[in-house]
Amino acid sequence: MAAVRLHQVRKVYDDGQAAVAGASFQIGDGELVALVGPSGCGKSTLLRMIAGLESITSGTLHIGDRLVNDVAPRDRDVAMVFQSYALYPHMSVRENLAFGLRLRGTDAASIDAQVRAAAATLELDELLERKPRALSGGQRQRVALGRALVRNPQVFLLDEPLSNLDAKLRLSMRAEIGRLHRRLRATMLYVTHDQIEAMTLGERIVVLNAGEIQQIDTPMNLYSEPANLFVAGFLGSPAMNFFRGRLTAAPRAQLQCEGAALPLPAAHIAVPALASVAGEVIVGLRPEDLAVAPPGTAGSGEFTIDATVESIEPVGNEIFLGVQFGGAARICRVPPQSLPEPGRPVRLCFTPGKLRYFDAASGVRLR
Amino acid sequence: MSAPASIDGWARGIARRAPGWLVNGALWLGAALTLFPLLWMLSVSLMPTAAASNYPPPILPARITLGHYRELFATQHLGRYFLNSLIVASSATLLALVFNGMAGYAFAKLRFRGREGIYRLLLAGLLVPAQVTMIPLFGLLKFMGLVNSYAGAIVPGVASIFGIFLVRQYALSIPDELLDAARLDGAGEWRIFRSVVVPVLAPILVTLGIFVFLATWNDFMWPLIVLSDRDMQTLPVALASLSREHVQDSELMMAGATVTVLPVLLLFLALQRFYLRGIMAGSVKG
Repeated sequence: MAAVRLHQVRKVYDDGQAAVAGASFQIGDGELVALVGPSGCGKSTLLRMIAGLESITSGTLHIGDRLVNDVAPRDRDVAMVFQSYALYPHMSVRENLAFGLRLRGTDAASIDAQVRAAAATLELDELLERKPRALSGGQRQRVALGRALVRNPQVFLLDEPLSNLDAKLRLSMRAEIGRLHRRLRATMLYVTHDQIEAMTLGERIVVLNAGEIQQIDTPMNLYSEPANLFVAGFLGSPAMNFFRGRLTAAPRAQLQCEGAALPLPAAHIAVPALASVAGEVIVGLRPEDLAVAPPGTAGSGEFTIDATVESIEPVGNEIFLGVQFGGAARICRVPPQSLPEPGRPVRLCFTPGKLRYFDAASGVRLR
Repeated sequence: MSAPASIDGWARGIARRAPGWLVNGALWLGAALTLFPLLWMLSVSLMPTAAASNYPPPILPARITLGHYRELFATQHLGRYFLNSLIVASSATLLALVFNGMAGYAFAKLRFRGREGIYRLLLAGLLVPAQVTMIPLFGLLKFMGLVNSYAGAIVPGVASIFGIFLVRQYALSIPDELLDAARLDGAGEWRIFRSVVVPVLAPILVTLGIFVFLATWNDFMWPLIVLSDRDMQTLPVALASLSREHVQDSELMMAGATVTVLPVLLLFLALQRFYLRGIMAGSVKG
């Protein structure tokens, strides 16, 4: 296993379009890093550059201590799992697993042993003689994983490996990949557009948007301390509520939104970063940080807002409560309880410590 | 009460099955019309000399003889022509599969400068009728010293625009990820072509192989032009000169025709499963 280091890696296509703009980060030896971003953000391009399938326009890429910018894919000692599995359709599972080993000149006895070991790990023993077309989606995905595993590469690259599976299978394969990583302690880069996959699997997450890295951190830090508006909005489901408006200090500290005001702690808006903002500010608050105010607090709560109930979506263990406030729809995640009917007013309270501030113009976090 | 109901049901059954009967009937008729001349060719080839010239012409031989076949091979050197045809057609087929297969794959999947430009130029070449190119082609082969040699008959057919087009369209359906997976597995481009691409292209290669073999085997014009030596002639050319010498001997001609047609017919029957798969896949995936 080896670490992967990217320094200012850029990809500009012949037509001048920049797919990746100066990516710098490191995947530690044995670490699983998730690369997440919306479709077309450049994450697959970045992965393909690490694999050697796409040339690097500028910057450096090291695998271990070796500079691999101009090294052919087969000499990088990386294995990749593709979204479409990309199994060789005319070869049996056994041949699919053995193909890479055979090309590397491994002797027949070792090939057999390694194929058996990989098949045992992924419970493919029974399927070794089958052709890919006789396998289910989940089995095919396991063979694709096995093909990467069997070569014992320095780095595993996984390109949206679960997107072609149905929801239930995705869940179990996700757990399987997690287990596999813990067992092998392999260096892995996992590309996905699914933030849940990224959050659950990644030890650290790289958030990419429009070819630029937005933030790199652990899942919980990304969630609680997003560096900018994009990260705040991208991670979390339902997404963070954003209140857009201007800060006022008198008569009390608050955010003046469209037709409503969000009360804020005076200490918050006194920090230099916020006090110096001339234009609009966006205040973010996660759905679970908004609660229905207990009846006794009516009128007296300092950090409360009066909203109108719009929708109630019970999902069993909690309720997604949709409300209208300040000219926009907001979502609260509240425990099961009896709630006012849609169209009725509701008083919501929040903990001011959970508020996150962003510059409306640049999207940068203000703190 | 029950009788009219059952008659009604019977009529409905007829109405339901009628389209099937019509289609099957039309297919049988078409098959009969196609097969009849071939079967009659076989039948006449087994008749004694001049038996087919009677009026009305007999459908089946009154007495079966293999004399014409014996004569064709013993005195008319048909074995030699058969071998010529076999050499020319199978070499052309093998070479065409190699060249068209590689070129079609390259045009579909490999990135190189000028790929689209060259491909468009080739497609434009499809518009030029083969007859127009015959004289310049002959001149070229003469310059290369290939006239009156097997190579002269084989070379013009080994890379065809149609063949490249056929393979390319099919190869477009190969997912890039499959090739990338092989690259990461450690395969070079040549290895990828051999171990991954060729097996995937198999149906279309069989189809192309049949096309080329049939076309070369049946070709009359080009071998006539390029193979002037009697010993070098292929079956269709030899058959034509045979018919000039034996205008009256229909039975001998039919035996020659049978020898010419039978191998390709058998080849087609043996491979038609793959052939159909290739055609269908091409048409669906476009």
